[in-house]
Amino acid sequence: NFFFFDRLITICIIIVLLMRQRELKPGQSPYRALLDTLELSNSRLSLQLINDNNKVRLLLELYRLQGNMTRVKINELKPLKPRYEVPDVLLSHPITEALSVVAQDENSLVVSLGGKDQRLILSAQPFRLDIVEGSQVLMSLNSRGLLAFEHLRTRKDTESEQATGQENVEQQTDEVCDGQIKEDDDKPGMWEETFKSHTDSKPNGPTSISLDFSLPGVEHVYGIPEHADTLKLKNTDGSDPYRLYNLDVFQYELHNPMALYGAVPVLISHSTDRTMGIFWLNAAETWVDISSNTAGKTMFGKILDFVQVSSEAPQTDVRWMSESGIIDVFIMLGPKPADVFTQYASLTGTQSFPPLSALAYHQCRWNYNDQEDVKTVDQGFDEHDIPYDFIWLDIEHADGKRYFTWDPSKFPQPKEMLQGLMDKRRKLVAIVDPHIKVDSGYKIHNEIRSKNFYVKNKDGGDYEGWCWPGNAGYPDFTNPEMRTWWASQFAYDQYEGSMENQYIWNDMNEPSVFNGPEVTMHKDALHGVWEHRDVHNLYGLYVQKATADGLIQRSEGVQRPFVLTRAFFAGSQRYGAVWTGDNAAEWGHLKISIPMCLSLGLVGISFCGADVGGFFKHPSAELLVRWYQAGAYQPFFRAHAHIDTPRREPWLFGPENTALIREAIRQRYALLPYWYQLFYNAHRTGQPVMRPLWVEYPDDFATFSIEDEYLIGKDLLVHPVTDEGATGVTAYLPGKGEVWYDVHTFQKHDGDQSLYIPVTMSSIPVFQRGGSIICRKDRVRRSSSCMENDPYTLYVALGSQGSAEGELYIDDFHTFSFEEAKQFVHRRLSFSANTLSSRNLAPDSQFSTASWIEKIVIFGGSQPSSATLKSADGTESALEFEFDSTLAVLTLRKPGVNAAADWTIVLR
Amino acid sequence: MTCLHLLLTLVFAVSLGTPVEIQRPRGVPLTKKQFYEESKPFTCLDGSRTIPFDRVNDDYCDCKDGSDEPGTAACPNGSFHCTNAGYRPMFIPSSRINDGICDCCDTTDEYNSGAKCENTCKELGRKEREVLQKMAEITKEGFLLKQQLIEEAKKGQQEKQSKVTDMQENKKQLDEKVEALRTVKETAEQPEKEAKERHLKAWEEQKAAIRLEKDKAKMAETFLELDDNADGFVSVSELQSHAELDPDADGTLTEIEAQGLMGGAEQVDTSTFESVWPKIKDKYHSESQAEEPAPVETPPDEVKEPVVDNDSEPYPEDDISEEEDEDDEDEDDYHEDDDKAQPTIKTPEKTHEDEEAMPPYDADTQALIDAAQKARDDFEEAEKALREMDDQIRNIEKELSFDFGPDAEFTYLYSQCYELTTSEYIYRLCPFNRVSQKPKYGGSETNLGTWGSWSGPENNKYLLMKYEQGTGCWQGPNRSTTVKLTCGKETVVTSTSEPSRCEYLMEFTTPAVCQEPANIDPSPHDHVEL
Repeated sequence: NFFFFDRLITICIIIVLLMRQRELKPGQSPYRALLDTLELSNSRLSLQLINDNNKVRLLLELYRLQGNMTRVKINELKPLKPRYEVPDVLLSHPITEALSVVAQDENSLVVSLGGKDQRLILSAQPFRLDIVEGSQVLMSLNSRGLLAFEHLRTRKDTESEQATGQENVEQQTDEVCDGQIKEDDDKPGMWEETFKSHTDSKPNGPTSISLDFSLPGVEHVYGIPEHADTLKLKNTDGSDPYRLYNLDVFQYELHNPMALYGAVPVLISHSTDRTMGIFWLNAAETWVDISSNTAGKTMFGKILDFVQVSSEAPQTDVRWMSESGIIDVFIMLGPKPADVFTQYASLTGTQSFPPLSALAYHQCRWNYNDQEDVKTVDQGFDEHDIPYDFIWLDIEHADGKRYFTWDPSKFPQPKEMLQGLMDKRRKLVAIVDPHIKVDSGYKIHNEIRSKNFYVKNKDGGDYEGWCWPGNAGYPDFTNPEMRTWWASQFAYDQYEGSMENQYIWNDMNEPSVFNGPEVTMHKDALHGVWEHRDVHNLYGLYVQKATADGLIQRSEGVQRPFVLTRAFFAGSQRYGAVWTGDNAAEWGHLKISIPMCLSLGLVGISFCGADVGGFFKHPSAELLVRWYQAGAYQPFFRAHAHIDTPRREPWLFGPENTALIREAIRQRYALLPYWYQLFYNAHRTGQPVMRPLWVEYPDDFATFSIEDEYLIGKDLLVHPVTDEGATGVTAYLPGKGEVWYDVHTFQKHDGDQSLYIPVTMSSIPVFQRGGSIICRKDRVRRSSSCMENDPYTLYVALGSQGSAEGELYIDDFHTFSFEEAKQFVHRRLSFSANTLSSRNLAPDSQFSTASWIEKIVIFGGSQPSSATLKSADGTESALEFEFDSTLAVLTLRKPGVNAAADWTIVLR
Repeated sequence: MTCLHLLLTLVFAVSLGTPVEIQRPRGVPLTKKQFYEESKPFTCLDGSRTIPFDRVNDDYCDCKDGSDEPGTAACPNGSFHCTNAGYRPMFIPSSRINDGICDCCDTTDEYNSGAKCENTCKELGRKEREVLQKMAEITKEGFLLKQQLIEEAKKGQQEKQSKVTDMQENKKQLDEKVEALRTVKETAEQPEKEAKERHLKAWEEQKAAIRLEKDKAKMAETFLELDDNADGFVSVSELQSHAELDPDADGTLTEIEAQGLMGGAEQVDTSTFESVWPKIKDKYHSESQAEEPAPVETPPDEVKEPVVDNDSEPYPEDDISEEEDEDDEDEDDYHEDDDKAQPTIKTPEKTHEDEEAMPPYDADTQALIDAAQKARDDFEEAEKALREMDDQIRNIEKELSFDFGPDAEFTYLYSQCYELTTSEYIYRLCPFNRVSQKPKYGGSETNLGTWGSWSGPENNKYLLMKYEQGTGCWQGPNRSTTVKLTCGKETVVTSTSEPSRCEYLMEFTTPAVCQEPANIDPSPHDHVEL
């Protein structure tokens, strides 16, 4: 869903903050550390910083955190009133580790960061921090002197304080904006900004903050989603910085640093030496400038530099700016990509483990018109033998966009409809948006109003804005009592017509306010004592959290929830899935879905997808087929379409295209065991499900900018076809000495090469890594629930050393028993020395499954003379097998062992 | 898990009332039973390989065509046969075996899933028979109605055809009549024209004579006026007293100028004055301020010009603005040019008809005119009748050109309209013409498409009608409607929906699509397998 807004407003609004902050040029910092204020406890170091221009003092706090992280916090020493510190994003109070000062002189302080020989060097004047390992500088803070902290001040109506130092960076913006900025006391825009008809009263005046980070040796930085841009972040010199400000953007542009629906202020740096992360914990409007001394240099220039040895070492400088709050930065020191993911997960949590069906295929449209339509589409899937698990209802299902209700004429018997789906072991998602129709006949509105749960406007009344239902209020999701109440509304006796196979979709939670500035909430709206300005990027996270809590509570804590959100923040991974919003049926949008989801995966949000087919406009049959093929290999797999587009259920494009789409969806279903295991892994460890190649091949420079192919886990490499009329793709297969197997043809290819693959309309280039074992369920049925007890086929792809490893994870697929009662099966499958075995990875867990091992396919094997299965009880039996000598594929017939059992197969 | 799949089904069949046990592997239809012989190895139905019989339905897919696992879900492309005694047998994809969902009404697809299926075949069979019976009744009655429709249509068509033929015959006569009357008319108009011209010419001559008479009288009168001393001569000085005759318009008539007017003579007598008169008569002011009207020859432009100027400008502009207004009105009621009012001052046609009216035609001429007029009237009347007949023929031919079905059974729908009122709209289907939608509580009608074509499947295109090119949708296509025709006793629109934005679906029952009822028992299945 979308609403159009005038992009001019965006341009204007960024000006004031940017002009003040960005005009600050690198140079000597006016900040000085007062070493005599040093206080050191076991795990916390603090000292004061002073701005020599205005004598305002700041308090610097340093923490060493468990898992190789450093936290740097800077706040005003004595703010006029508290500044906002983001709650509810960190899992808990991060566990600290001992800090010790190992050296000190009059201008510096050396702090040991524990293990290895990592040190933090604090220079007093000008203030800067350098994190070093041995003699190597890993990262420097304020080395460019861009630390800025607009302190809270009282408004002066008479004399104008001669603003000095860092505060003196405001610029006239009148020429740029067609709105006007009222000049009140200090500088334009400090105390009030007016754009078009919107006025930001800014009662606290200017409060922005900024800090720079230098990354020596780094040429590649990633993350800070959400942007419709390349995986590798671009240099922003001479252009807008990357903006993080959750907005409902109408028909977003590609390759643009403009803000989109969600924001995760986490940047990942990577070089062949080290991977690191910067987590800037701030929920206000945030901008990130990136500059690199190698950016813009041609390859020839780089070679020239290298040959002449004249060049400086590569370095990337990153600058963060936020409109309010404090500086609270977590520096994750890696050193490997997996370490950074673990570190970040220890701070904000891991991906929620979705019910299996949520990983299957979702059929959505704005809108399925009525119960009859839902039934017809459901039958259509069976008639065309296409699997699906979820059908979705957009805003038209509710009675006048009053969420938690049903349109009485279109959906008079929702339970009947849900029961019909349940009989097919399928599910439904209904939309519940956070804007609440102001209507005294609407129970939800009346309760929120009477409980005083609405966000307030600056004058203290309930904030109201326009959205789908017309005039609407916005519940204050930052209020825990409000969230508790909201969650209670999903109880089956509260949400009439709902059933246990109904799940929820939160859209428009940036929040979208059609008549608000930039289609969102006024910054001076109030969430309790805090301004919307402070909490903006957090709002969407809270909506999804409260909704997911509601789904958990309605089942008394038994069932895992599934909630899709459009807006998100750091930590949103804990509550469900996200999608990339209102894209369009264009090839460029299909392509960009890959880097967009990869970027999200890098910062913890693995459950990501794009609207298959494109939301706006009408896809050609070719584009639709290609999008299904790509979407089948992305974590969240949902087709969606705008209400004004012609219908596009998979069977509406002729039998050939129906068959192609069916095949793509079937491939997804066969691979569900692998997806499920990867999500379990993501949930347990924080490792992304969908990964850029460099994550697994961190030393291979050639992989660092690749964004047209990616890995699912570490064992499947996918290069979807994303070009119109393509007759081939060139896939880079990484790994010197490694091998890859085409999963469709079983053909073997060497790693460390670019491989041209001819493609037809049925091609989805996917390769399994030699050395891996992937479990599939090849009996594809009409929904994933129907496949729960089905047997597994193991695909063993031997590596160049003739060995392979994999995992198998099984549980009940939809409850929390795996966590709360350790009811799951987790097996290690390994093949080496002609022996394949299944070993228990979680001896203290228990779960009985009906699934068994139906078949084992070994790629790259040789023909044995016998295959013997040894069961746990010691019995041995001979297995039949077939060997395809041209492809070197060995197929073992029907081992028949239970999937949870110990067993060994020996080939002789 | 794996060993309980080689179950053989026990199937009973009723044949002449004697139950016979037919054993075959699960999921195999009777027609293929002979391929599954327990005592022999099994050859995949595609012939691709042969396997021991104990691998049939052993829950492992050995045959590429899935034929070794008719009763399990092992093969991705297999199919399972359920007998569904009491209802109708069917095949389901083998992926639906033991998936926890009851697909076969005899429950045979869920033998190991724990799904609690009830055998509903009898109930389904009963219901189906009821439905079929009802349908059969409807079909029967509908088909009878259809026969009537066909009858009527044929009759109507024949009538129309013969009417057209008759009309074309009549038209031929009418054509001839028109031609004949045209000749009569032209014949009568020739003498009429000549008589009128004669009359007019005589009148013109008479007018010229009168004008000459008047001129002469005026000249004589003027001479007398000018001849102040009444000496029978008009002298230069006498002429000079009329300054208005000044040829160079300097205000005075000099002696030389006066002499010039008089042809160089000092004085002129009445006969020589005849040559002076033409030079002065236009300017001459009678001394007696005689109320004599100004000479007739005043150029008309002088009078008209300013008037024409005044209103010639607004006209073109106004024409344009009126066109714009019309365009605007389609979208809103905005009238930009309202203040530019229509010119209200119309040019009064100045007539200078100061001469006597033409005398009435003489009796002979009038007789000719009357005769011609009658010939004209007769001719026009005949021509009008011809045009009307042409229209009628064209309409009937248009109607006859429509595809009203193989037996013209849809003819009766032509020029009819059928309505359906829903909670919000009134939908209106005028077959072979258009579909429209009108809000129930006021508002303008929206065109949902005009008649396009029959667009049913190849074997029977008369099951769907397509109406296209309706009102355009915002950011979307033109509205269109598909009308789905089903057999019914009554002709009625039963439902409408909009499955996709601006693409409407209308369901319409009519006897015209009722098929001839098959002359067999509608509940055959339970005879084969019970």
